[in-house]
Amino acid sequence: MENLEALKQQALELVAKAEDMAALDAVRVDYLGKKGEITALLKGLGKLSAEERPAAGAEINKAKQEVQDQITAKKTAFEQAAINAKLAEETVDVTLPGRRDEQGGLHPVTRTLQRIEEIFAVAGYSVEQGPEVEDDYHNFAALNIPDHHPARAMHDTFYVDASHVLRTHTSPVQVRTMETQEPPIRIICPGRVYRCDSDLTHTPMFHQVEGLVVDKNISFADLKGTMVQFLRAFFEKDVDVRFRPSYFPFTEPSAEMDIQCTACGGEGCRICSKTGWLEVGGCGMVHPNVFEMSGIDTEVYSGFAFGMGVDRLAMLRYGINDLRMMFENDLKFLKQF
Amino acid sequence: MKVSESWLREWVSPNISTEELVEQLTMAGLEVDAVEAAAGEFSKVVVGEIVSIEQHPDADKLRVCQVAGGEDELTQVVCGAPNARAGIKIPFALVGAKLPGDFKIKKAKLRGVESKGMLCAQTELQCGEDDDGIWELPSDAPVGTCLREYLNLDDSIIEVDLTPNRSDCLSMQGIARDVGVLNRAPVTPPQMPVVEADTKETLKVSLEAEGACPRYLGRVIRGVDLSKPSPTWMQEKLRRAGLRSIDAVVDVTNYVLLELGQPLHAFDMQKLSGSIHVRQSKAGEKLTLLDGQEVELKDNTLLICDGTGPVAMAGIMGGESTAVSSETTDVFLECAYFDPIAIAGRARSYGLHTDASHRYERGVDYQLQEKAIERATELLLEAVGGKVGPTDVTELTDQVPAERKVELRRHKIETGLGFSMADEEVVDILTRLGLHLVENTDNGWVFTVPSYRFDISIEADLLEELARVYGYNRLPTTNLEAEIKILPRNESKVGLSALRQQLVAQGFQEAICYSFIDAELQKVFNPEQAPIELQNPISADMAVMRTSLWPGLVQALQHNLKRQQSRAKLFETGLSFHSIEKQVPMLAGLMYGNRQPEGWSAKGEAMDFFDLKGVVEGLLDITDQDFRFVAKAHSALHPGQSAAIELNGEIVGYLGALHPQIQQELGLNQSVYLFEIEQAALAEAKLPAFNPLSKFPEVRRDLALLVARETTADALLDGVKAAAGEQLIDLKVFDVYTGKGIDAERKSVALGLTYQHPSRTLTEEEINSSVDAVVKRLEDELGASLR
Repeated sequence: MENLEALKQQALELVAKAEDMAALDAVRVDYLGKKGEITALLKGLGKLSAEERPAAGAEINKAKQEVQDQITAKKTAFEQAAINAKLAEETVDVTLPGRRDEQGGLHPVTRTLQRIEEIFAVAGYSVEQGPEVEDDYHNFAALNIPDHHPARAMHDTFYVDASHVLRTHTSPVQVRTMETQEPPIRIICPGRVYRCDSDLTHTPMFHQVEGLVVDKNISFADLKGTMVQFLRAFFEKDVDVRFRPSYFPFTEPSAEMDIQCTACGGEGCRICSKTGWLEVGGCGMVHPNVFEMSGIDTEVYSGFAFGMGVDRLAMLRYGINDLRMMFENDLKFLKQF
Repeated sequence: MKVSESWLREWVSPNISTEELVEQLTMAGLEVDAVEAAAGEFSKVVVGEIVSIEQHPDADKLRVCQVAGGEDELTQVVCGAPNARAGIKIPFALVGAKLPGDFKIKKAKLRGVESKGMLCAQTELQCGEDDDGIWELPSDAPVGTCLREYLNLDDSIIEVDLTPNRSDCLSMQGIARDVGVLNRAPVTPPQMPVVEADTKETLKVSLEAEGACPRYLGRVIRGVDLSKPSPTWMQEKLRRAGLRSIDAVVDVTNYVLLELGQPLHAFDMQKLSGSIHVRQSKAGEKLTLLDGQEVELKDNTLLICDGTGPVAMAGIMGGESTAVSSETTDVFLECAYFDPIAIAGRARSYGLHTDASHRYERGVDYQLQEKAIERATELLLEAVGGKVGPTDVTELTDQVPAERKVELRRHKIETGLGFSMADEEVVDILTRLGLHLVENTDNGWVFTVPSYRFDISIEADLLEELARVYGYNRLPTTNLEAEIKILPRNESKVGLSALRQQLVAQGFQEAICYSFIDAELQKVFNPEQAPIELQNPISADMAVMRTSLWPGLVQALQHNLKRQQSRAKLFETGLSFHSIEKQVPMLAGLMYGNRQPEGWSAKGEAMDFFDLKGVVEGLLDITDQDFRFVAKAHSALHPGQSAAIELNGEIVGYLGALHPQIQQELGLNQSVYLFEIEQAALAEAKLPAFNPLSKFPEVRRDLALLVARETTADALLDGVKAAAGEQLIDLKVFDVYTGKGIDAERKSVALGLTYQHPSRTLTEEEINSSVDAVVKRLEDELGASLR
């Protein structure tokens, strides 16, 4: 019993010196294991008297517990150190970019068209599409542009054969809709159109969105209201809009729409040719001849139509200064949208 | 049309500035494109006269002129113009003068000879385009007068871009009429007296073209002196309208065209033989035009003929053989009304466009001819003298357009324009525009339309006139009222935007390529199909309609590779054109370069077929329809890496690697992966239908099978599905191996089969018997063996 204290001290010293789990476990086995030296003292208790036994047993157990506590503490420290080492090893540079493909993007024209479609969808307009190689009847005659009409010269038409053209506007889709649907009609017709013209400000293919409303009691005032609301919604700005008398064979009265220049706010700059105004489209009340050809009763119904250049709206909206970039598909251009 | 403001103000002069006038015209539908000064800014330029001229002693090209008109009696000016000669009047910029471009005239020595001033060309004063030499002024120009005053150069030229309906405004008279209406200002035309005949001579005219020419006025003028030019004031007005002075006869007819809008033509009377016939052409007839070109006529062209044949293309251009020249002494003046339908499109069909055809095809006032021929006669006599015969009118009265009546109903103003206009204002506006109120009806009015307004024939036209004169921007603006209905919404429809969004999320950029491409490129991609050709392409590389979206995308790739890009993922939506009846909306994509964008963690591996297929499968999965990929050759694709996409047994698209030969021809270093699918195949999705979840365990069995190399995964999977029974809920290919340890003719394919029963645990025996059936079937059908 007299060496209990010495054994305990030896054991504690070895625990303190242990540098790894194995050394620590060796101490446990050597002192606290079944054949351990402190455990052996417990076996010697039988030699003591019944009176001495409980006190001596308690003392040995206390020493045992003391050693065990130190081993446990040391073990926890070892485990913690191991975790810390692992964590340190697993540390990454969080500023390096993530693993993924690049984000793609929509073409600015599509982006603009989707925006236009969304704005009109809220007001109950549906989207209609049609062929791009169009017959002469739907592109011209049904729109009150008979053969040799001087307005045909305004269109710089691409011809496919004697009776087919590349559509010069999306208006044929309006005609096709009126032929097949009963009023009320509220549609927009977006899409590619073609004119035989190519310079700084014209591409031989471009995009239009046209709209058509046919119902009872539709007036020019409704047309003006619709256009002003749309343009303000599109540009997210209370832009001034003005209407100028113009001429389209398929509408009467006809108007061209200008908005206050989005670049200079109407002061006059290069973009608006110093006028303060930007032309954004044409519109008008559907010509009675067009209604008649499409089988709509002009005494019951009236309607308006409008058309806008989508590429131009996209350019104004995003500040694109060169139309020709639109269809070059340069990634450095496309990735900006 | 170019409108000289000072000329316009001779007709009507409202008290408004140039800017206000321009704004007013634009807002009345006569859009002003540009306003230019009639002359550049310059000062101290006078009318000078070259009194004498000598060769410069030291310079071949220079002459030394003594010029009158300056402060001294004569001023010495060195001049290099080839047309400098004694006796001509010219613009003379004095020392101290400032010319356009802030160019100051100083005393100078040119090759040692003193020069005090400068003799100017039109371009140097920004007065015109003639820079062949110095500007020769009329011989009666008063020497020493300020040039600006003499030519009234402080004027603006307003360029009006007229819409095709407003032919009535293709003249000073027409513009003045509208300006008068807009400003309630009186329009004061110049005096246009009838010119009494000196002789009784006429030339017989017969009108033989049914409906095309109902009125033809002719007048014989003999003894004109064409050595005399037209008056300066006339030349100057022509110049400001953009026309050059030719000779007195041409100038006068051009002047009346600009002033009144009526084209006229003058023939050399002595070159005409027999009488005048107005008739339609016969195919194959020939006519040499004033501009020297000989045209072979089609059978639909209105002609003016004499006894020998065609002498003019009616309403378009005169013929060369009967043209007026400097030797002409006798003139036959023609002034006709041609039906617009008879002229429309004809000039264009011969590649012509003239001031006359421009007006005739839009409509010339059918009551204007008398006035115009009198005006022309008067001006011609003033300029070049002569004895005139009477104005001879040949008319098919029943074919002259009848006066049109148009009814306007009061309620249509309210429903059409959105407000009710006072009756007095309605009548006032329309009356000012030259319409005549002929009847007050219970519902409104009936008006007659003036003979110059070809664009007014129905009620809507009157509404437009009311709106235009009242002011579009003064008209009310309302919110469209309509029923709000909640409509059924088709959940199975897959919008194009969902497909686009998926591609965008996978790194694709959307491209928009031209729908027309180079015929050669088209042939490279799709040699079997003849594309739709354009009759009038803008260039050879935009000549045929694409039958696939691939050529455009590949061109876009090439564009980017030339600009230091090494990787691209592009897609496009649009039509492919197979025939007029078959224009198919497609979705196509292109992938090129490494699988991942360059980066610290990228492995730098090139994309392969399965990167492409993964993208396509992702799109197809949106619809949840049963698509199949079938190995199939395509002329644009690698024969070993191309597949057709089938839906319900129909081919709806293709995917694959661009054919290496095409890749090489196009100079592309790496493989190009392409897909193209009909949008219609992607438009419908299955609605989700819930399946109860099984609570019982799944069991998985893996099979490694040796099969012939050409055996497809689909064949194996189909075999498994056919034999495994209903409890097979999942099936995967989890490994494909060829090489060491395996017969060179065969490959090892590892399949993972997962079984589950909805309502109980499957027994070992059940699974074993299913697997046995699978193995047997694969052995029997595909010669597969377990590895």
